[in-house]
Amino acid sequence: MQNNGKTAMTGARIVIETLIEQGVTDVFGYPGGQVLNIYDELYLASGRINHVLTAHEQGASHAADGYSRVTGKVGVVIATSGPGATNLVTGIATAMLDSIPMVAITGNVPTNLIGRDSFQEINITGVTIPITKHNYFVADVNELADTIREAFRIAKSGRPGPVLIDIPKDVQTAVCDFEPQGVVEPYPQPIAPDEEIDRAVEMINACERPYIYIGGGAAGAGMTRDIMALAEKIDGYIGCTFMGLSALSNSYDRFLGMQGMHGRYASSMANKDADLIIGLGVRFSDRATGNTAKYARGAKIIQIDTDLAEIGKNVPVDIGIIGDIVSTFSRILARVKRRERPEWGAHIAALKAEEARIDCEAEKQAGGAMTPKKIFDVINEIKDDDTIIATDVGQHQMWTAQYVNFGRTRRFASSGGLGTMGYGLGAAIGAAVATGDRTVLITGDGSFGMNLNELATAVTYNSPVVIVIFNNGVLGMVRQWQTLFFGQRYSNTVLGRKTDFIKLADAFGLPRRRAENIDEFRAAFSEAMRHDGPFLIDTYIDMDEFVLPMLPPGGSIEDMITTKAKV
Amino acid sequence: MRNVIAVYVENKYGVLTRVAGLFMRRGFNIDSLTVGETDDPAYSRITITMQGDEYERHQVINQVKKLHNVKKVKLLEAESSVERELLLVKVKNTPDTRGEIMAAAEIFRAKIINYTVDSLCVEVTGEPSKIKAFIEVMKPLGIIEMCRTGVVALERGATILENKSPK
Repeated sequence: MQNNGKTAMTGARIVIETLIEQGVTDVFGYPGGQVLNIYDELYLASGRINHVLTAHEQGASHAADGYSRVTGKVGVVIATSGPGATNLVTGIATAMLDSIPMVAITGNVPTNLIGRDSFQEINITGVTIPITKHNYFVADVNELADTIREAFRIAKSGRPGPVLIDIPKDVQTAVCDFEPQGVVEPYPQPIAPDEEIDRAVEMINACERPYIYIGGGAAGAGMTRDIMALAEKIDGYIGCTFMGLSALSNSYDRFLGMQGMHGRYASSMANKDADLIIGLGVRFSDRATGNTAKYARGAKIIQIDTDLAEIGKNVPVDIGIIGDIVSTFSRILARVKRRERPEWGAHIAALKAEEARIDCEAEKQAGGAMTPKKIFDVINEIKDDDTIIATDVGQHQMWTAQYVNFGRTRRFASSGGLGTMGYGLGAAIGAAVATGDRTVLITGDGSFGMNLNELATAVTYNSPVVIVIFNNGVLGMVRQWQTLFFGQRYSNTVLGRKTDFIKLADAFGLPRRRAENIDEFRAAFSEAMRHDGPFLIDTYIDMDEFVLPMLPPGGSIEDMITTKAKV
Repeated sequence: MRNVIAVYVENKYGVLTRVAGLFMRRGFNIDSLTVGETDDPAYSRITITMQGDEYERHQVINQVKKLHNVKKVKLLEAESSVERELLLVKVKNTPDTRGEIMAAAEIFRAKIINYTVDSLCVEVTGEPSKIKAFIEVMKPLGIIEMCRTGVVALERGATILENKSPK
C-alpha cells in the first residue's frame, strides 16, 4: 500500500488525515447519512483528533466560531448533506460577517445522484457562495487533500473567513494516494509603500486630537503593545468598535472603550471631537458611524486594512493604506514624532468625568433595583483576566460591551456583524473546549430560548460554562425601539412564557441558582465560578431597562440619548 | 456612467455564478455580460458592462478582485480599448420591406444569414451604438425576434490583461 511516503487511502480518511496534518485537534459536528464514512474515520482516529458532538448543527457551527475567536485557530465543523448543511448556514454567515476563520465540511449524495433532488440533497455550495470567502464541491478524490489545504489557507489569509468544502459520498469512498504535508502558511499580504506610510505619519504629526480606532481586524492580530505604544507616543486615546473589544485591557487609561450606537459616552464623544481618526481594521459600519453624512465631519481619517475593498467603502477616507496591518502600523509607530497634546488629554478627562456622572445618575435613579450595571460590577469583581465572555444578541450584549472589563486579548465571543441570537451557548462551549478556561455566557431569555438545546452538550462535556440569563420576559432591545420609536406598541416582544429555567437546568442535569437581588446574584455567581462544569443562573432585570447611551438609527452623535428621563 | 470591466478568471465550476452573484448582492446592475474560454483553456475571460459612478466602479472592482478564482480585473477605458457586439435579428420578409432591409444591411455592413419566404435573419457586428442604430432601423420593418451577445472588449495595442502566470 505504501510507496515513496504515499499511502493509498479512502477520501474519508484523507479528510481526517489532512485535518490532522493541518494541526486540527478539535472538530465540532453532527453525523448523518452522507458523512458516515468520515465519522467512521473519526472513530478510528479518536486518539488523534477530538470530535465534539453538539445537539444541532447550528450549535456546532457557533462552537467552531467561538473556538476560533479565543485562539485565532481555524475552527472546523462537520455536517451531513441537506438539512445538516443548511443548519450550518447561520453559523457560517456569522463567521463571514465577523471575519472568523472557519472550515466547514459537508457530505453530499454520490455524484451520480447530484442534481436529481435526491434524499437530503442540497446544493450547499450554491447556498453558501454569498456567505463564504470561497467554497468547493470536490468531484475527484485526487483533488481532495489539496482542496482542504487550500481551504485552510484561504480561511486564515488576509481578512479571515469561512470556507466550505462539500464532498459527495462516492468521493469519500474512492481511493487515492495520500502524502502528508506541512501546515499551510497564509498568503503573503501586500506591504504598503513607504510614501503612504510617510503621508500617514505627516498627518499624525500635524494633528492635535488623535483617536486610534481599532476593530476586529486589529483585535486578535497581536498588535496590542504597538497600539498602546502609539497612544503613548502621540498622547492619543483609543476607542474601539464592538469587534475591537478585548483587543486590550479595559484598565488601560488611554482606552475609552466602544464607540457608536451604544458606545460609551467618552469614546463616542472623543470620536466626534477628534481631528484625526486612525482606523485600524475597522469597516466604519452603520452601527459605528450613525448617519455617515454627519460622521466625523471635523476629522481627517486614516484607514489601515488588509482588505482593499474596505478602504472608503462606508465613509470616504483621507488616506487608505492596504496591506498587512501589523507591519503597516509598526512602521507608522516607529516614524511618528513623540509629542504631548495636553489640551486633548484635558478634554478627554472632562468627557470621562461626564461619563461617570451619567452612570452615577442612572444608578441613583435605579436605587436598590437589580440593574445590569450592578450585575456587571459583580461579574468584573469575581472573574479574572483569563475568563472568557460570550454573549447572545440584544440588550445584554450591549451592556456586556459597555461594562465588562476585559483583561486581555481574545477573551470575547459575540456575534457583531450578523447579530445572531442563539449564537452564545454554542460559542461558549467552543471557547471552553479550545482553552479549558472558564467561560461566562451572558444571555437573555429571548436569545437563550433559541438554542438552549446545547445545554445537553455543555453537560455531556462538562464544559466550564457559566450561563447568566438576564431574564426580563421580553425581547428587550426590540422593546426599547418600540418604546422610543413605535409609540410603545409592543408587537410580539412580550414573551410571557411559562418556561422555568431552573426546572430546565434540572432536566438537562446541570446545577443552577435563581438570583432575585444583587446579593443572591453575588452568591450564585461565586458558586458558579468555582464549580467544575456548567452552571446556570437565572437572574431578573426590569423589562424597561434601556441600553444607554443610544444614537437613534440614522441619527448622529448630536442626537445621542444618554438618560431615560429625557425620552 | 457606463463602465466596461474585463475579468480574467480560472475556468472552473461555478466561477460565472460567483462573479455574477457578487454584482447582485452588492446591488450593482449588469447591462451585459459575456464569457468565453481564452487561448489558454484553463482560463476564461468575462466582459461586463455596468452603469455606475466612481464609487461603485471602485467598489465593484475591489470586491471582484477578492474572489478566489479571479486572477485579474481591469476597467477598460473607452478611448484605449476596442469594443464589439454581435446582433442576430429576424425581420419580416415582405415585398414592401425586403428592399429596405437589404439596403440597410449593406450600409451597416451586415450579412443576411438566413432567408425564407416570410423572414430574413441579419447578422451585424459593431460597437453597441451601431447595434442600437441598426435595431432602430429594423423596428418599423417588423422585428420578429432578436438576440445580442453583449460587449466583448480588448485594450488597444500590445497591452494584455494577464500574463497568464498564476497569482
